[in-house]
Amino acid sequence: MKHPAVTAALVGALALPALAACTDSTTARGGGDPRTITVAAGDTSCDLSADRAPSGNLVYKVTNRGAKVTEFYLYGEDGRRIVGEVENVGPGLSRDLVLNVPAGTYIPACKPGMVGQGIRSTFTVTESESESESESGSGSGSGQTPATSGATQQQIDRATARYHRYVQKQSEDLLAGTRRFVAAYTAGDDNEARSLYAPTRVHWERIEPVAESFGDLDPRMDLRQADLEQGQSWTGWHRIEKDLWPPRSGYTALTSKQRAAYGDRLLADTRTLVTRVKRLGFTIDQMGNGAKSLLDEVAKSKVTGEEEAWSHTDLYDFAANVDGARAGFEDLEPILARKDATLKDQIEQRFTDLQKVLDRHRSGPHGFVSYTTLSQAQVRQLSDAVNALSEPLSKLTAAVTL
Amino acid sequence: MTGTEERDQASAGRGVSRRRLLGYAGAGATLGAAGFAGGVGTARAVESGSDPAAPDRHPFHGTHQAGIVTPAQERMHFAAFDVTATSRAELIVLLRAWTAAAAAMTHGRPVGGGAPLPYDAPPADTGEATGLPPANLTLTFGFGPSLFRDEHGRDRFGIADRQPAALRRLPHFPGDRLAAERSDGDLCVQACADDSQVAVHAIRNLSRIAFGTAAMRWSQLGFGRTSSTSTGQQTPRNLFGFKDGTANLKAEQPALVDEHVWVGAHDDPRAPWLGGGSFLVARRINMTIESWDRTSLSEQERVVGRDRSAGAPMSGGTELSSPDFSAKGSDGQPLIATDAHVRLTHPSRNRGVRLLRRGYNFTDGNDALGRLDAGLFFIAYVRDPDKQYIPMQTRLSREDGMREYLTHTGSGLFAAPPGVRQGGFVGETLFA
Repeated sequence: MKHPAVTAALVGALALPALAACTDSTTARGGGDPRTITVAAGDTSCDLSADRAPSGNLVYKVTNRGAKVTEFYLYGEDGRRIVGEVENVGPGLSRDLVLNVPAGTYIPACKPGMVGQGIRSTFTVTESESESESESGSGSGSGQTPATSGATQQQIDRATARYHRYVQKQSEDLLAGTRRFVAAYTAGDDNEARSLYAPTRVHWERIEPVAESFGDLDPRMDLRQADLEQGQSWTGWHRIEKDLWPPRSGYTALTSKQRAAYGDRLLADTRTLVTRVKRLGFTIDQMGNGAKSLLDEVAKSKVTGEEEAWSHTDLYDFAANVDGARAGFEDLEPILARKDATLKDQIEQRFTDLQKVLDRHRSGPHGFVSYTTLSQAQVRQLSDAVNALSEPLSKLTAAVTL
Repeated sequence: MTGTEERDQASAGRGVSRRRLLGYAGAGATLGAAGFAGGVGTARAVESGSDPAAPDRHPFHGTHQAGIVTPAQERMHFAAFDVTATSRAELIVLLRAWTAAAAAMTHGRPVGGGAPLPYDAPPADTGEATGLPPANLTLTFGFGPSLFRDEHGRDRFGIADRQPAALRRLPHFPGDRLAAERSDGDLCVQACADDSQVAVHAIRNLSRIAFGTAAMRWSQLGFGRTSSTSTGQQTPRNLFGFKDGTANLKAEQPALVDEHVWVGAHDDPRAPWLGGGSFLVARRINMTIESWDRTSLSEQERVVGRDRSAGAPMSGGTELSSPDFSAKGSDGQPLIATDAHVRLTHPSRNRGVRLLRRGYNFTDGNDALGRLDAGLFFIAYVRDPDKQYIPMQTRLSREDGMREYLTHTGSGLFAAPPGVRQGGFVGETLFA
């Protein structure tokens, strides 16, 4: 504030309040922005730089000045409903809480040691003409109604329940497909096994981040040869893949006894997966992050043809990862529509664009051509479409949880 | 004293220092050994004329090679060579010539001493560093396992019985995607300087000197240091945007450096020659930059185990605070995640072992899909790779939350011999 240039800028802004309020970019850095509130969270104190702010996107810059791990909450007027929180802020560390807050009375609280009621005060958010972004969505007209961020618990519950059903269905289809696949493989019907391989794995790839979250199952079921460590035994889908699409030389085919052992193991692990998936619960941030990481998977190993080193059925996995991401996104769509309709439209459009590029490489009603038939230009086109979607999709989690 | 004059003139204007030295070093060049551009005479001239205390240069001779505990310079050019000659004598001639050229270049002098050459001859020094200060150039040499034995186990230069037991190709780690054309090598040279042009000039001239005896196998440019090796240096950031190398070994910790970096004369009964040297681990680690950039700050900090702005551990404090791995958050989970990089690499989780890291950020343009071909060229100096690097990397390749965003694409393990004595040559103890 001492700096003359800053002071001048502030005076200028104050002289034209209506104009300044229209654009975010005119707000002064540090201290000058009425929607940025610093919070000094001590072991026995909780000092906010202001006790009021205009409604809209507020930033609470929380710094832990104490010796204990702390948390900062913004409660509704009742002191119970959590509007927003930052948890687990270590001593000396800072974290931003970014929230869309409509007009009303709120209770900020620091919780040194992460216990108790916390050190509370009162915070007033005044009606603002420039609230812009979220006004249409978040319960406007109802005045004091809380619904700070638009999503109701009911919407959240509906989204997570739907996604859970999707994941469960995929895991069950995976088990059914694996049964047929293993039966063909152990019976020595290689042609049948080869034709079932990719269409069955699709169910795994659609829920890959969930499946991967089981740290014991994932390496047993989906490890690629290049990811083995010394002395580790190689089992699962890709071990069988190599046996079904063996390299031309230097490979010893598995005996029928070995086939049975690998097949049984895969089937047993799949059963375990189904059981565990049933017990899972999901949160909307997990769904958002899951959708993002499915696209990361595509970018990392599918678009490069590394996943299916022997069968070259990478495009099945590619499409399945996209399916899974879309499923998560669609379940979150009603929430996103209320919070950031522009982002929703953009993600939707990019899913459509990507699917169009992908569909050019279809072979038969459910299948795809071999990755090896793609030209460098075609791979590039797929990769660009993945990147185009990945960027807005990476903003999904923050948008639905804000 | 000459050194002072050099400095004064150098500060008066770029170009003065080296040009003036051309004449000076040229006087000694008549003593030079024929055949190589960087003759022995040059080294003599350098020794008598250099001022080791000058602020922009490091002494080439000493107990240990420079470029290890030397404060990490800003830029790097690292090169690996395959020896094409078959005789021990030729190899030694190369090492002598490299020694002379390295001594000259690290003091800002041209290769070949600047002796006048016929107008129809190519210049001895390639010239692009003319007029530039020494820029703290260090040249650090290493010997790969393949120098000792060929792929059939045959002794190449009569030194197989001296191969250190720990000097073997690094094992395959899960997730490795190593390219042969970016890995291994019989010899390596790490050129570090505060000016890329000076570092590249050094590698270029050494490579030129080597033609006929050794050929470059691969090389890597690094544009920004990712660690500090001195307490006087600021902690730099890697391409993830995080401070890197906060807890690195530092030159100011001589006891720890002795314990973790320098090979002892009795460490390996077959290789007393490596006493005072070190093992150099080089790994080209690509970062999946695009995925990382789309990752939430909370996930980034969870993966690293430090906060991004200050570099403090997630358990709190400042950059230099010790991480508290037992501190838990309200959810009962540790504040520093179980798969956080800082946890898995911490000495307390690695039987107390530490590394001296000396890595550099790199970008080699982009790949065919328009993604940055970028990451961290990891260099570590260790006393025993079997106890220090290999166990740690085995664990990281399996458990590190960061592995999602990393791919190792190049690898090399080299034995960096002890420092060069006045009048000696790089690796002399190996051939004694």
